[in-house]
Amino acid sequence: MEKVINWVDARFPLTASFKAHLSEYYAPKNFNFWYYFGSLALLVLVIQIVTGIFLAMHYKPDGALAFASVEYIMRDVPFGWLIRYAHSTGASAFFIVVYLHMFRGLLYGSFRQPRELIWIFGMLIYLMLMAEAFMGYLLPWGQMSFWGAQVIINLFAAVPYIGNDLSTLIRGDFVVGDATLNRFFALHIVALPLVLIGLIAAHVVALHEVGSNNPDGVEIKKNKDPVTHHPVDGIPFHPYYTVKDILGVVVFLIAFSAILFFAPDMGGYFLEANNFIPADPLKTPPHIAPVWYFTPYYAILRAIPPMFGSQFPGVAAMGIAVMIFFALPWLDKSPVKSIRYRGPKFKIALGLFVIAFIGLGWLGIQPVTPLFTLLSQIFTAVYFAFFVLMPWYTKNDTHKTEPERVTDK
Amino acid sequence: MSEMSVDGSKRRFLVAMSTAVGGVAAAGAVVPFVMSMMPSARALAAGAPVEVDLSKVEPGMLLTVEWRGKPVWIVYRTQEMLEMLSKHDDRLTDPNCEVTTQQPEYCKNPTRSIKPQYMVAVGICTHLGCSPTFRKEVGPADLGADWPGGWFCPCHGSRFDLAARVFAGSPAPTNLVVPPHKYLSDIKLLVGEDQKAA
Repeated sequence: MEKVINWVDARFPLTASFKAHLSEYYAPKNFNFWYYFGSLALLVLVIQIVTGIFLAMHYKPDGALAFASVEYIMRDVPFGWLIRYAHSTGASAFFIVVYLHMFRGLLYGSFRQPRELIWIFGMLIYLMLMAEAFMGYLLPWGQMSFWGAQVIINLFAAVPYIGNDLSTLIRGDFVVGDATLNRFFALHIVALPLVLIGLIAAHVVALHEVGSNNPDGVEIKKNKDPVTHHPVDGIPFHPYYTVKDILGVVVFLIAFSAILFFAPDMGGYFLEANNFIPADPLKTPPHIAPVWYFTPYYAILRAIPPMFGSQFPGVAAMGIAVMIFFALPWLDKSPVKSIRYRGPKFKIALGLFVIAFIGLGWLGIQPVTPLFTLLSQIFTAVYFAFFVLMPWYTKNDTHKTEPERVTDK
Repeated sequence: MSEMSVDGSKRRFLVAMSTAVGGVAAAGAVVPFVMSMMPSARALAAGAPVEVDLSKVEPGMLLTVEWRGKPVWIVYRTQEMLEMLSKHDDRLTDPNCEVTTQQPEYCKNPTRSIKPQYMVAVGICTHLGCSPTFRKEVGPADLGADWPGGWFCPCHGSRFDLAARVFAGSPAPTNLVVPPHKYLSDIKLLVGEDQKAA
């Protein structure tokens, strides 16, 4: 065995890579619950890729055949129902872990200098994930697939001057049709996964270059052992955090399996009932709502009234709501990173932001009423205020002094 | 905690048990994926037995039906054809059907059939899978004066008699396959299901 490893090491940095990224990658010793979601996101990625490959063996990306081929997978392919539900549950699970992973970044200032690029790569991953989810949702070719895609693609039509041509280019037709389905399939299973894997590699390489942040937000690299040159508050990722992450994987898989086996449609939140009806271009379902992970942005879209005879402002607001996360590293002017040492202003702002985000998510599923529109507008204002006012309230906040070393609590 | 206080054997036991349990779980997770590559319920339904109406098959005629995506021949052999069968045993590779995989037990007889007049065979050459051509005429110019009637494979020249037995010297190693079949009535044949032991 040792001979084989030596042979490989002379030609490929196997042991060196294992050391650099696992057994001698020093991570802060005070990781807590919030640090499970990065590795879980990787696990969900693997689930999505594997189940996706096996679904593609049976699925037919053809307007006339797609819906029936999904039913064929559900009924005739051995374990097809399991693989399909694992993929659909995996889509929602991906957003759950990614939203929690992003929230961890907000809590502990993981987006701050020197980790701006990690944050930007992460945001690009989030954008790719949204595109993956949107295009994947068209593939079953049910009513919600069709009308969801119709609505989202028409958002691009709201762009001034080029909008109509742009949406025609995206569809490859004047309506959502076979051409749209076929190209979304190609993008969903080849193009975007390739980009996604590249971005994830960049995200992890950038992370391992600067090192992980931690719940105290203090840099462990400032305090190294004079003999070993390892951070005194760091522990090797392997075995300490691989074992911790395995526990997270076990708990995650229990929850994942419970949903997969007992509530794969999650009461209409993971798979909408209308999507079990074949796509019909002549009949819109009475109530159109995106899947839960898009609803906060959908609520923002609906909250902004048309201006100057154009619905573009709402579309723009929705786009900015996603994109504004990119600016976060430069909006935060606080001298401390972690919420543990921040003052009340930031804590209140973050609390309001969480309420607004969840509130918008809930409102995005509800039918439009005057009260709900007003609420959406208030939450939208709070959402944007969190970012726009951040330079002000982080600079003028009172804050506690960061400790020299991590507190290990 | 110092190195001295580490219980090495307990640690090794836990690692081994975790690896074993995790390995079993991983192997279990592989099962649905491998199974999903097996023929689907639709493919299995396509392999269901096929019922054939024999009333339309006239003496000397060949009827081809599809069973599991393969051609199955039914030939109504005339009395003259049946008499020819026993006259060339010395030229056959396996005249007495010794290769048991090539026919059900109830067709291991000189005519390789349940009812001698009806020959039922899978029309796929045992050499490389072509479907041989039906040549019922006796002694045609291209097949030689000693051709007793049967099948000729156009791909590599394998020859079979009217009991679908292979002639010695053909590239095909064995006789053509007689599929499981049974008679539902005098004129109804079911291909794909064995007749019950009498």
